[in-house]
Amino acid sequence: MPCTGGPHTAARIDSILVSNPITDSAVTAAVEAALAAIGEAGDSASLKAARAAHAGENSPLAQLNAQIRDLPGDQKAAAGKLVGQARGQVTQALAAAEERIVVAEEQARLEAETVDVTAVPSRWNRGARHPLSLLMEEMSDLFVAMGWEIGEGPELEHEWFNFDALNFDEDHPARAMQDTFFVEPAERHLVMRTHTSPVQIRSLLSRPLPVYVAAVGRVYRTDELDATHTPVFHQIEGIAIDKGLTMAHLRGTLEHLARAMFGEGAQIRLRPNYFPFTEPSAEMDVWQPNAKGGARWVEWGGCGMVNPNVLRSAGIDPEEYQGFAFGMGIERTLQFRNDMNDMRDMVEGDVRFSQQFGMVV
Amino acid sequence: MRVPISWLGEWVDLPEDVTLEHLHAALVKVGLEEEDTHGVALTGPIVVGRVLEVSPEPQSNGKTINWCQVDVGAGEPRGIVCGAHNFGPGDKVVVTLPGAVLPGPFPIAARKTYGHVSDGMIASARELGMGEEHDGILRLADLGLDPEPGTDAIALLGLDDAAVEVNVTPDRGYAFSIRGIAREYSHSTGATFRDPADAVEAPPASGYPLQITDAAPVRGRAGCAVFSVRVVRGIDPTRPTPPWMASRLRLAGIRSISLAVDISNYVMLELGAPNHAYDLAKVDADGLVVRRATPGEQLETLDGKVRTLDAEDLVVADAQRALGIAGVMGGAYSEISDDTRDVLIEAAIWDPVTVARSVRRHKLPSEAAKRNERGVDPRMAPLATARVAQLLVELAGGTLDELGALYDESVALAAIRLPLERAGAVVGVSYTRDEIVGTLELIGARVEADGDVLTVTPPSWRPDLVDDVSLIEEIARITGYDRIPAHLPIAPVGRGLTREQSARRRVAQTLAAAGSTEVLAYPFVADAVAERYTPGAASVRLQNALDPHVSLLRRTLLPGLVDIAHRNLSRGLTDLALFEIGTVFLPEPGVAYGTEFIPLGAERPGDDTLARLGAGIPPQSRHVAGLFLGEALPKQPGADAVPAGLGDALDAARQVGLALGVDLRAVQGSNPALHPGRTAELRVGDAVVGVAGELLPAIALESDLPRVVAVYELDLDALVALGAYDRQATPIGTLPAATQDLSLVVPSAVAAGEVQAAVAEGAGALLEHIRLVDDYRGQGVPEGHKSLTFALRFRASDRTLTAAEATEAKLAGVERAAERYGATLRE
Repeated sequence: MPCTGGPHTAARIDSILVSNPITDSAVTAAVEAALAAIGEAGDSASLKAARAAHAGENSPLAQLNAQIRDLPGDQKAAAGKLVGQARGQVTQALAAAEERIVVAEEQARLEAETVDVTAVPSRWNRGARHPLSLLMEEMSDLFVAMGWEIGEGPELEHEWFNFDALNFDEDHPARAMQDTFFVEPAERHLVMRTHTSPVQIRSLLSRPLPVYVAAVGRVYRTDELDATHTPVFHQIEGIAIDKGLTMAHLRGTLEHLARAMFGEGAQIRLRPNYFPFTEPSAEMDVWQPNAKGGARWVEWGGCGMVNPNVLRSAGIDPEEYQGFAFGMGIERTLQFRNDMNDMRDMVEGDVRFSQQFGMVV
Repeated sequence: MRVPISWLGEWVDLPEDVTLEHLHAALVKVGLEEEDTHGVALTGPIVVGRVLEVSPEPQSNGKTINWCQVDVGAGEPRGIVCGAHNFGPGDKVVVTLPGAVLPGPFPIAARKTYGHVSDGMIASARELGMGEEHDGILRLADLGLDPEPGTDAIALLGLDDAAVEVNVTPDRGYAFSIRGIAREYSHSTGATFRDPADAVEAPPASGYPLQITDAAPVRGRAGCAVFSVRVVRGIDPTRPTPPWMASRLRLAGIRSISLAVDISNYVMLELGAPNHAYDLAKVDADGLVVRRATPGEQLETLDGKVRTLDAEDLVVADAQRALGIAGVMGGAYSEISDDTRDVLIEAAIWDPVTVARSVRRHKLPSEAAKRNERGVDPRMAPLATARVAQLLVELAGGTLDELGALYDESVALAAIRLPLERAGAVVGVSYTRDEIVGTLELIGARVEADGDVLTVTPPSWRPDLVDDVSLIEEIARITGYDRIPAHLPIAPVGRGLTREQSARRRVAQTLAAAGSTEVLAYPFVADAVAERYTPGAASVRLQNALDPHVSLLRRTLLPGLVDIAHRNLSRGLTDLALFEIGTVFLPEPGVAYGTEFIPLGAERPGDDTLARLGAGIPPQSRHVAGLFLGEALPKQPGADAVPAGLGDALDAARQVGLALGVDLRAVQGSNPALHPGRTAELRVGDAVVGVAGELLPAIALESDLPRVVAVYELDLDALVALGAYDRQATPIGTLPAATQDLSLVVPSAVAAGEVQAAVAEGAGALLEHIRLVDDYRGQGVPEGHKSLTFALRFRASDRTLTAAEATEAKLAGVERAAERYGATLRE
């Protein structure tokens, strides 16, 4: 590098004329000044200034270094070694300081970037499934796991499927007790299905035997909405038709379902009852071991052995095949399983109701 | 059916310490479900008092109270203040003494009132829980009683009795009687049963003219199978009903009317046999006639309503007029009155179907009809008339006449074949031969055995026993359902959820995860609502909607979401994201759905018939719809509020598409319920699958919602059918991409989506991705035009693209857009 400017020229003349300028003291002074400046540097900018002043082209050590070539040959090696060690010392200090400052600065930046995690703006809104839907899916899954399939049928149904095929005589009081919504004109025999049982007939008519089908869905009765009734509600229903099925298989299936829904301690109790589409028929109670307020028996649904007339309606020979059917209300199940007092909450659509469950019931 | 304990105990042995809980537990075991309990919650001392003195004392408040001295047996007469005036000295009354508690609970204590210490209370029938009708003091003479003062009035009046109420299933008409319940209690507990039918003496009676006809049997069954009449003469119909009978009737839920009517009801409840009493003087001398009504014939029933009869109604009549609807309700004309002296008692067995139809036709449920439409034991008709006659003689002072008649065309119940092994094969319990035969005999059946096959003749009161399984139910029921073990059946391998079922779940989960809340609305809408959302479209109408103004079935899910949004808003929830998956009902105009006929049950209809049933069901489809209003994102620290709008609806629709494996495309569209300029028709390929848009502001405001309500609705069934379930993979290019921007000037009316599609089409296979980044109008762009800027990413699968190749492809896209929409590159 060419030297420019007075002081350099003067020094050079000095060295030539007076003596060897690369003395221990000169080098030590330069190193000490450099280390002091580096040590004082607290951020990238002051380190950069210290680097320029003490390791740059015009730094004292660089100038001493440049003067080596003017020394007599026998002094060059020693002077070179002296300056070289000094420059190495400064370079090392610079590297250490750089690392120190980078770490400190990143630390300071991270500190500065701290946010209140409880006040971070959200781009997400809380959504929710309806607990009735979740419960229907959970119950369906249990049947699917047993190899059953989930059957479906229309909510607006022909009377034959809703009643006649299910052994409801057109004049039997049981038919009038179903509180049916009729579609205009009533002489055309269309109704809102009063239960999911028409799916039994549809399944038996459309599927090869044996049949193990659960039906889940909406049903309709002309009940005014109150804390325990709603004109639109949901049922799950099962039908199994095979060779050799008995009421014991019915009970086994119900117990399996009850344990899945209410815990291992759940039990099933059957009481005689009447339904046109089953014979023998039973009302089923479930022992709910984990009920809020203490374990208890709760009325859960109806069941029985499928009436031979129902099988005949689907063209099945009751001498060869027999089976069982059962059904329960989803609203009622949710009510006692999840301790809900008022059925109106399930139908009104207040988002707070579903949001308390989210995606799990 | 309400069963007073004292009455039940007359016919079956009850434990000494019988409780209502015990009765319920015993009855529920045999299938009589617990409904309720009834009884008067009162405790004594409550005694008979004789009024000695009554001193009226006018009060400053205008009332007059009576200061009475009453002899209550033991000790000095008691001074009692009473506000009622329907009694006087010498009357026997009921006195509740201090310490007694009346229903309420209303404890009685000696208290100072109107300047006296009232040492007890003189009670009214209502205060004793004996009925609501009478407000005045109960005078025991009115009940025909004259007991000694001090007698325990609780026992005297039957106030210590109570009743259980059980639910009788519609197949077991016989259990609508004390006779039936006592028998069932006996089956449940083994207690000794005494058939009240055996206790009735039925002396022969004859000579009364009857004419039993049926010109038009319903469903081939004659209207009347048994008809029994008897005559009792010279009764005093004004005599009071004895307290024991009144108490039992009251507990059984039957209001006491008059002695003759009470006796008739009492016998109906005891034997389960409805019967009717006519004022013999009002009946034509030619006797009673049973016939179908003449269409249009009028009859005033006992409830005071004039009914116009149908040709299918069966009537009991005389030569002059119809006297009652058979098995349902008697007529006012021949009703027993205070002037009645001679009574004609009738009990009959009616065709249940005829009765049920008359009940429905005239909306006239009655205690008699309830039993008749379920089937009455045909043996009971002559016993019921005999028992009523006997009670009229005993209690009303009448004399039994020899005049009477019995028509009996009843048919014995058919015998049923039951192989012994069948019971176990159905129930899953190994019953012994003795258990099976013993149980069937216990319920009153006659059993004959031929090897291992039984021939079982049901008892006359069990018309519901029609086949082997109904007998098997009896065996299982009587021996106890708790004997049935539990076995889990092994179903064959299933196919899991159907594609549709899984797809619906994915949609619901996706929408909920993305921030919408699922709701389940009722599908009923008012005419005006249907007209607003789906003008001119056909809708299914319910004949008996709960609210007659809301009788149509929805064709769209939107009105339900709007209703629910409004309900949430009214509860202070102002930012909403809702969705529903539900059924809509989509009848075609002018189609007569349904069928004129209903096929028979218990046999498979032919394929043609099944096809006709299927074709008769109006189309129904599952839709998914959603609604957004308020703020999609609320104001937060460092972030402004983002109002909910069309974008949210479109995004939700796209999320549905994602869940179903379809790519939804939005094109400018229209819908009568949506904003004309802010409605997107949603398509998959060329198929229209739904709509998204802002609700027509007028509808939003009518529904008390803010002006901006964004909604979408998709035909979920159609989408599932269109979904890709066999999508083939495209290799992912890993060579470097070339990105370019493109600004095109087009007339403002041209949709950005169309321009983008044209560019993409023109640019060809090298274009990997294109996205609209800006829509600019204003300076530098001609009036009536806009500048659309797209970001494009090009990539080739086999080489690194040069900038020149990318530009060439881009320009090909520009060319296509220029051809189609006159697009020019913006300089």
